[in-house]
Amino acid sequence: MANVEQRGQKANSELSPILDADILEPEKEKIAVATPRQLMWWKFRKHRVAVFSGILLIIFYTIALFADFISPYDPNAFDAKHKFVPPMYVSFINEDGNFTLRPGVHGLILHKNPETLRITYEKDKSVWYPVHFFVRERPYKLLGFIETDIHLFGLGEEAGSDKIFVLGSDRLGRDMLSRIFYGARISLSIGLVSVFLSLTLGIVLGGISGYYGGWTDNIIQRVIEFIRSVPGLPLWMALSAALPSDWSQIRRYFGITIILSMIGWTELGRQVRGRFLALRTEDFVLSARLSGARDLRIILRHMVPSFTSHIIASLTLSVPGIILTETGLSFLGLGLRQPVVSWGVLLQEAQNIRTVALAPWLLLPGLAVVLTVLAFNFLGDGLRDAADPFSR
Amino acid sequence: MFQFLMRRSLAALATIWVISIVSFVIIQLPPGDFLTTYMANLREMGERVPEEQIAAMRERYGLGEPMFVQYYKWMRGIIQDGDFGRSMEWGVPVSMLLWDRIGLTVMVGLSSILFVWVVAIPVGVYSATHQYSILDYLFTFIGFLGLAIPNFLLALVLMWIGWSVFGQNVGGLYSPEYSNAPWSIGKFIDLLSHLWIPMLIVGTSWTAGLIRTMRANMLDEINQPYVETARAKGLTEWRLVWKYPVRVALNPFISTVGYALPQIVGGVLITAVVLNLPTIGPLLLRALLSQDMFMAGAIVMILSILTVIGTLISDILLAVFDPRIRLE
Repeated sequence: MANVEQRGQKANSELSPILDADILEPEKEKIAVATPRQLMWWKFRKHRVAVFSGILLIIFYTIALFADFISPYDPNAFDAKHKFVPPMYVSFINEDGNFTLRPGVHGLILHKNPETLRITYEKDKSVWYPVHFFVRERPYKLLGFIETDIHLFGLGEEAGSDKIFVLGSDRLGRDMLSRIFYGARISLSIGLVSVFLSLTLGIVLGGISGYYGGWTDNIIQRVIEFIRSVPGLPLWMALSAALPSDWSQIRRYFGITIILSMIGWTELGRQVRGRFLALRTEDFVLSARLSGARDLRIILRHMVPSFTSHIIASLTLSVPGIILTETGLSFLGLGLRQPVVSWGVLLQEAQNIRTVALAPWLLLPGLAVVLTVLAFNFLGDGLRDAADPFSR
Repeated sequence: MFQFLMRRSLAALATIWVISIVSFVIIQLPPGDFLTTYMANLREMGERVPEEQIAAMRERYGLGEPMFVQYYKWMRGIIQDGDFGRSMEWGVPVSMLLWDRIGLTVMVGLSSILFVWVVAIPVGVYSATHQYSILDYLFTFIGFLGLAIPNFLLALVLMWIGWSVFGQNVGGLYSPEYSNAPWSIGKFIDLLSHLWIPMLIVGTSWTAGLIRTMRANMLDEINQPYVETARAKGLTEWRLVWKYPVRVALNPFISTVGYALPQIVGGVLITAVVLNLPTIGPLLLRALLSQDMFMAGAIVMILSILTVIGTLISDILLAVFDPRIRLE
């Protein structure tokens, strides 16, 4: 808390010479009259990596939203003829060896080692399939209600049973690219849903704890201390394992979400409590109380808005932990299960070291996880700095 | 100091008590009692169990009686005889399977903490004294990367590299010739040569956070007047840094280790599953997947208690190093 006060003082001493001066430079004048929101935005903009991460995340979430449009294949479609196909090079050289503007892929020749039965693929330079854009196949509902059958790209009908595997295929010949796109839906949304649940828990319990103080505060703090002092993973593993196995996929998803949000809320609860304790003695809260406002109104209308920016920052920083835990649980086979596709479920395919050695591209969903987590961390860092626009 | 010790130990005891209740709840979570499942398993294997034995087990675990009686009987067994119940899958008392693996789990955990310390302190100090240098940025970047890569993924990648580049399986804690051998110097050295991989994997994700803590603590201290004074008196930069600000900056560092412990335990667990280490991790996973709940409950309980004890030790260490904590 001392930190917050210090920052406040610093902000005052920084601002006062500006206000004292009769004529302001245009730049400083702009800062002096800007709203807090504008100040935060300017501050955030300066943090280049955070801005970049934000854009990256927007792209990821867009991909997740439009996964059925962007994916060339059904993520669960088996194809016995294309097991463990390595990622293909998309080339601009066609079957005659000439350069074309339209990208395409070469056909594959399958070799089977008669002794080890290991399948390898060789590029067939004489066959070349151009990539078609906006191909019509497999009808689906875009965003859940627009019926269409247009997909961003594909090989079209002329390729017959040959396929394009930009990121390779797995042991059942399923397209990794499509699976990663569809997996983004679960993996990215589970982070947000859990964080929303933790936020609700954190604000309610942290708020009660910080606003009322006394023995309620004491009990809630002990609970938080307890949760933080025991190792989470074995506990969450045990809880997920106890989810009934006959639950439908959607119930299982929400079950896991609730279990995951039990991790997130303690940190948020502490933050909210700290803010409440600091704000409780502020003049504007006192005057609201003197004006006869009810507790709930004081909390929701006066106190919460003044620390929303901090909460958003810590929310962003708690998403990665949840994504990592979901990935870990699903990887171990305790989280979500086939046929649901999440990045953790995809990585389960890579559990066996022999499989990884044979098909290292099965680790690619891990790259998606790492990128997402990195982006959330950087974005959260930038938001945290921006939440305090007066500090340097 | 005595008062501080008493207070902390009591708090730890209370935590351990709550842990025992949570573990008991975990055992009770799956539908049906364990004896029915156990009997079904035995019958499947074509074994007949005498009625007296069933009755004895029913009495021993208080099945059919109220929950708190069952809890009491379970706890009494643990405290009096170290009996954590029977593993359904293995058909032997849980405690028989656990002790060996717990030692190795603690060893992997401790060596990971050691690794984190050995790396994080000097790197944090360097980053703070050379703020905004190329190496500082590099360490920060590696730190972020370490935070973002899940332990199991790092383990997989390392195993893949070990397999495809060096053509050897880097999993396990012993070479095949030592795995069933009795303890000897040779086996110990063999263990050490395998230990560094899990140590590296578990350590990496935590080194990242601790480097940042250490760096921030150092930056707070390094501009203090007493540092300036020491410098004015002509101390060499090396002695100056290590003698004064580092010692002050280490205090919050020790408490961070205490609260990093739960995460380290989780890291050891999941890494052990991937690397197939003979620690408690794979055992827990197997127990959970086959709903062998006495086993799972015991493991969750022991891991949690070990963590609480570790945190207690780090708290006491902190009080020894920092008198302000004792007086608080």
